[in-house]
This record gives sequence, C-alpha cells and structure tokens, in this order.
Amino acid sequence: MKKILMIGWKTLTKPSGYYSLGALVIGGFVAGIIFWGGFNTALEVTNTEAFCISCHEMENNVYEEMKTTIHFSNRSGVRATCPDCHVPHNWTSKIARKMQASKEVWGMIFGTINTREKFLVHRKRLAQNEWDRLKANDSLECRNCHNFDYMDFTEQSDRAAYQHSTALASGEKTCIDCHKGIAHQLPDMKGVEGW
Amino acid sequence: MKKINLAVIASLLVLAVLPMMYSLNANAADKETVNSLATLRDHTPIDVQKEPNRIPKVINKDIKQGRNYPMQPPVIPHTTRSYEVNKYNNKCMSCHSRHRTEKSQAPMVSVTHFMNRDGNFLAEISPRRYFCNQCHVTQLDAEPLVENTFTDMHSLMNEKSKAKSEEH
Repeated sequence: MKKILMIGWKTLTKPSGYYSLGALVIGGFVAGIIFWGGFNTALEVTNTEAFCISCHEMENNVYEEMKTTIHFSNRSGVRATCPDCHVPHNWTSKIARKMQASKEVWGMIFGTINTREKFLVHRKRLAQNEWDRLKANDSLECRNCHNFDYMDFTEQSDRAAYQHSTALASGEKTCIDCHKGIAHQLPDMKGVEGW
Repeated sequence: MKKINLAVIASLLVLAVLPMMYSLNANAADKETVNSLATLRDHTPIDVQKEPNRIPKVINKDIKQGRNYPMQPPVIPHTTRSYEVNKYNNKCMSCHSRHRTEKSQAPMVSVTHFMNRDGNFLAEISPRRYFCNQCHVTQLDAEPLVENTFTDMHSLMNEKSKAKSEEH
C-alpha cells in the first residue's frame, strides 16, 4: 500500500521528461477552463426552479402553495423563483449553502418527506431552518429585491409605513420577523415569537 | 268523411298551439320590462355571456367604519390577502389577540369571543368564534347595488323625542 502511494507521489513530483513546458501550461489552462466552467454550469443548473421542482416533494408541497401568493402572481409580473430566496447570491455563501444541501439529497433518497403527511410533520423544523438563516443574514435574500433605501413610505399603507420607518429602519427587526409565511403556508406557529 | 276528419284535426291543432305561441311571445316581452331589478348580470339575456365586471380593490385605509345594520360584526378596514386561518394558525390573532394588542395597537377581540355556547369563559378564543372571516369581512371599493336605508335606534329615538317636544 505504502509502495503504491510512494510511486504516485514520485510521479507527481518528478519533472516532466516528455511534454514541453508550453504544452503543460496551455493544456493546464484549457483544462482549467473546461473543469471550472463545467463546475459552474452544473452549479447554475441546480440553481433553477426547474431543477428544484423536479423532485415531487418540492413540486407538490411548497411550489403548489407558492402559486397562490404574491411572489408568484402579481400586477407587474415580476416573480421570485426558488433560488431567489433560498440560495444566497454571492459565490462563497452559495457554495456553503450548496454543501449544506447535500443533506437534502439524503432526505430525497431516503424519502424523509415523500408524502404530504411526512412533510407536515417536518414542516416546523424546516421552516425554522429558513427563518434562522434569514434572521442571521438580516434577510439578505429579501433585500436582494426589496431595497430599504428605495422604499417610498407614502406609497405604503399607514400601518406598513409606521412599522417600516420605526422597527425596520432602526434595525430592531428584520423582514422575516414579521413576514413569515409570505410565500408558503405556515407550520403550527405555537411558541413562535410574535404569534 | 276523411276530409272532415283532417279539417277537425287541423283546427284542433291550431287551437292548441296558438295560445302556447301567444304566451311564449308575451313572456319574452314581459321579461324586458318586468325583470328590472339590478343584478350582477345587468339585464344580460340568458343566452349571452356577460363580460364580467372589474374586480374592485379591497379598502385598505385602516379607518374604522360604522355599522350598516344592527349588530353587524365590525368590518375589516385592511386587506387580508393570504392571511392563514386554519387548524395550525390564525393570522388575525397575531395582532388582535389579547396578548398582542399592546404591540400591534389593533382592536382586541371582544370578551364574547371567549365564551362557549353555555356562556362559560374559556382561556382561548372559543372554537365557534375561531374563523374570523365567517363574520368579519373586508370591504370593496365599489358602489352598493342596493341603497341601504338603515337608521340606527339612536336616531329614531332622537326623532321621536324631538317630535314630542314640538307637540308640547
């Protein structure tokens, strides 16, 4: 075993005796483009709604629920897709979230929520994950579209304008503190703050 | 003989059919004039598909409105789109319940909502009062189809006492 490893290590550390330096550099560069590009393309494919709802767990539960909400159908026709809210947009956080999502692959393979009943049992925990994530990053995924700096309070209803200009402006609250269940149905909210 | 038979049958037929035709015509004519009540269909003939009216906006001004008839449950002065009221949650109660009104400054649900049908008070909203939208509804920004002539008791009493004082 040790011998095999040593042979491998020696091959890697030995200078190339056959290929020219130019071929290695250019070859490495091209291979880099192919692998890195391929990786990112594959990553972006997993970051589409079509990919998300290719699992029936997502299509029959959360996607169906979302169809009735304002984030799916509204006057201006701008809509949010799954990754807009559930995957961070900057690269490092996105990779971190994608690594966490490997647990969701496990859940998919072993059918943790493969029926509506099972999904409802787990709903509180799953929702809590998302609330915690949005609370921790100050509702970053909301703010990717809803920018506080450009909110026109005069266009909002009195109640909304009051809450946004006090609690939200001071940073005492963040979007998700009040706007839970805006895109999907809520779990049992017993014990959740503000309910 | 045969000819007479035919004539009799023909005249009988005419006698039977004519009044029917007449009544059909009369009905059609009546409908235009008699059926003049305002409805959502607005006199659209039965065989024509009416172009639906525009859906009015929900009034969202947060200003309390008077009652339109005695004992009317207060109407909701704000939108309630996608407010969940089901066996898990009651979104209305996240502002209007006893322990939330201090924060939200929303009107508190009245004490009758905690009573069961025997008049005993419960710790939580009584199940028979749980579904807010059974009684409390939002209002649309639309002209009423029928005018409301409701006069509340206080105005009636005031009028009566005024009339009495004028008599004396």
